[in-house]
Amino acid sequence: MSYNFKEIMSRPERLAPGHRMCAGCGGTIAARNVLRALHPGDHAVIGNATGCMEVSTFMYPYTAWQDSYIHNAFENAGATISGVEGAYNVLKRKGKLKEDETFKFITFGGDGGTYDIGFQSLSGAVERNHDFVYVCYDNGAYMNTGIQRSSATPMYADTTTTPVGSQSNGKPQNRKDLTNILVEHDIPYAAQTTFVQNFRDLHIKAEKAIYTPGAAFLNIMAPCPRGWRYNTPEIIDICELGVETCYWPLFEVIEGEYHLSYEPKKKLPIEDFLRPQGRFKHLFKKGNEHLIEEFQKEVDRRWERLLKKCK
Amino acid sequence: MAKRDRLSGNEAIAYALRQINPDVFPAFPITPSTEIPQYFASFVANGQVDTEFIPVESEHSSMSAAIGASAAGARSLTATSSCGLALMWEELYVAASNRLPVALALVNRALSGPININCDHSDSMGARDSGWIQIYAENNQEAYDNMVQAYRIAEHEDVRLPIMICQDGFITSHAVENITLLEDEEVKGFVGEYEPEHYLLNPECPTAVGPYSVTDYYMEAKRAQAEAMQNAKQVILDVAKEFGEMSGRTYGLFEEYQMEDAEYAVIMIGSAAGTTKDAIDQLRAAGKKVGLIKLRVFRPFPADEIAAALANVKAVAVMDRADSFSDHGGPLGAEVMAALFRARSQAYAINIVYGLGGRDVRVEDMKGVYAELERIAETGETGDTYRYMGVREQA
Repeated sequence: MSYNFKEIMSRPERLAPGHRMCAGCGGTIAARNVLRALHPGDHAVIGNATGCMEVSTFMYPYTAWQDSYIHNAFENAGATISGVEGAYNVLKRKGKLKEDETFKFITFGGDGGTYDIGFQSLSGAVERNHDFVYVCYDNGAYMNTGIQRSSATPMYADTTTTPVGSQSNGKPQNRKDLTNILVEHDIPYAAQTTFVQNFRDLHIKAEKAIYTPGAAFLNIMAPCPRGWRYNTPEIIDICELGVETCYWPLFEVIEGEYHLSYEPKKKLPIEDFLRPQGRFKHLFKKGNEHLIEEFQKEVDRRWERLLKKCK
Repeated sequence: MAKRDRLSGNEAIAYALRQINPDVFPAFPITPSTEIPQYFASFVANGQVDTEFIPVESEHSSMSAAIGASAAGARSLTATSSCGLALMWEELYVAASNRLPVALALVNRALSGPININCDHSDSMGARDSGWIQIYAENNQEAYDNMVQAYRIAEHEDVRLPIMICQDGFITSHAVENITLLEDEEVKGFVGEYEPEHYLLNPECPTAVGPYSVTDYYMEAKRAQAEAMQNAKQVILDVAKEFGEMSGRTYGLFEEYQMEDAEYAVIMIGSAAGTTKDAIDQLRAAGKKVGLIKLRVFRPFPADEIAAALANVKAVAVMDRADSFSDHGGPLGAEVMAALFRARSQAYAINIVYGLGGRDVRVEDMKGVYAELERIAETGETGDTYRYMGVREQA
C-alpha cells in the first residue's frame, strides 16, 4: 500500500465543520482522519456509541456526517453495526443493492462505550467477524458525562469518581489493555495509533482496518483537553510524548502476528508525558515520587511484554 | 390452496417466517421462544430463505442488531421471552422512537424472580408503554395468522412502528394443534416487498438515524409516535379484513364470544380464553347469560370499542395474567376500568390476577368467576376489586 499524504489530505472532509465538539477535541481529529482513509467513491455507514461525538455531531435536525450514520445507545454500537452489515449482505444477495455500490462500516466509540459498557456487544460482533471496523477514540475517561473514571483511565489519574484527596492518589487500578484483548479474539486486524508522524501511521492503519475483510479494531489515543487538563494547542506534543515514553506504543496485529510500528530511539521517562497534564498534577507533589516510580514500572512492564510479542 | 398440518406455536411462527423470508434475524436463545430461531436457522442452513441470521451474544444485542438492520433498509425481526425482553427494554424504546417496523415474536413467560420458565404476561405487559404494537393469540392458528399480518401493519406509512406478536409460553408455543397454513406464494404476495423511504444503505441519499434531540424537538417526536399508534388501530383492522378475504379467518381488535346478550362478562388475553369459552358453553347450557371478550390488540388499546362491547353487562371480571404491584390492579384491569369510567359505565367491575408463572386455569375456575359476578350483581357488593385467583392464601 503506497502512502500519499497529499492525496489523502486532498480528499473531501466526511465530518463537516459546524459540529459542536470542543475546540482541539481528540475524538474529532480521530474521526476525521479515519474517514480520510476511505477510498473516494466508497460509501460508508458510520456507527456511533453514545458519547460526546454523538451528541455533538447529530443534534436534531442537523447532522455533520456526510455518510449515513446510526447512533443507537451507549452499550451496543457493535451489535448495531452487526445488523447494518447483515442488512448489506442480504440486500446485495437479493440484488436490491447494485454490485458496484460498496459500503464500508465504521463504528466510533469512546473508551467508556468500548472498554466498559459496550464491551460485550463489541466482543460479540468481532467474534462473529462482521466486516467492519470498530474505532475506539480512547481519552481515558467518561468525558461526556463529566470525566468519570473508566477501565481505560490510567492509574493515578484524577477523575470525578476517583478524585485526589487526603486518602486518595486518584484511580488505584491499572488500565485495561483492550487492544490485546481484542487481538485475543483472533480478528484479522487490530492496531494502536495516535496523532503522530503527521498522521501517516493513523491513515495507513485506518485504511488497512477498513479494507481488511472481517472485523478490525483500531484503538486511537485521543486526548481530551478538558479531562486531561493540558494546554489545548499542545495535543500533538502530548501524543508524541505518549509514544516516546512508550505509554502508548504504536503497533499492529495482522492475522495474529504482532508488528511494532515504531520504537523510540531513546525511551523518554514517563514524567515527560505526565507533567503537562493536570490530571496527574498531584504526582509531582513532594513525597509522591514513589507513585511516578510505580507508573514507570507499569509502563516498562507492558512495553517489555509488547516487545516480546513483536519478536 | 390452504393446507392442514399439526404444528406447535413455535413451529407455526417459524413456518410463517420462512414464508415471509425476512432480511435479517438476530437472535439469542431463551426458553420457551428458543425453538423459533432454531427452526429458522435450519431454514437458513438448507437455503430455504435469503435471511442473514445473526446469532448474537445477548437479547440486548439481538434487538440492537434488529434496529441496525431495519434502519439500514432491511426487514428485520427477533424472537424472545421473559428476561430476554426485559434485557431489551432500552432498545424497545429506541426501535419505536426511530419509527422502525421491527417485528418481535414474543413467547410470553413470567419474569424473574423467582426464576420461572412458564407462561404469564408480565414480560410484554412490562413493555406496554414502550411504543410497540402488541397483538396476542389464543392458539397456534392465531399466532401464525398474526405473524403473517405483522409487517403489513408495522410498515404501513401511517404507522411505522415496531410490532410484538405474542403467544403464551408452552401453552401454545409447545402444544401441537391442528392448523391451517397458507401457501408460500399467498403469504409472499400478501406481505409484499419492504420499500423504506429513508435508509442507511441508500447510495443515492445518505441518512442519519438516532439523533440527540433536546427540549426543542423531543416532545414533537413523542407526539408523532402517539399519532402513529392511534393510526395503527384502523390499519390493523384493514389488514385483518384483507387477510380475512385471503384466508377466510377474520380478526378484529378483540373477539366477542357469546356477548350479544351477556349479563356477566370476562375480558382477558391469550390461551386462557379457550378454557373460558368451555366454561361459557357449559354455563349457557344451564341458561346463564355469560360471555367473553378476548383481547387481540392491547397496543393500541381499543378503549372505546371495549366499553361499547360491555355497555349492557351487569358485571365484568378483568383477568390479568400479570400484576402491576400497584395495590390497585393489573395492567389490563387499569386500562379496562379507565375505559369503563370514561364511558360512564354502571357495570360492576373486578380485576382478577390469575395464572402467574404458568399456574393452571381450569374450566371450574372460570365458572367460579362467573358465579362471583352473578353474586356481585345480585348483592351490589363487589368485595375486593383487586384479587388473586388460584393461589394459596395465607391462613
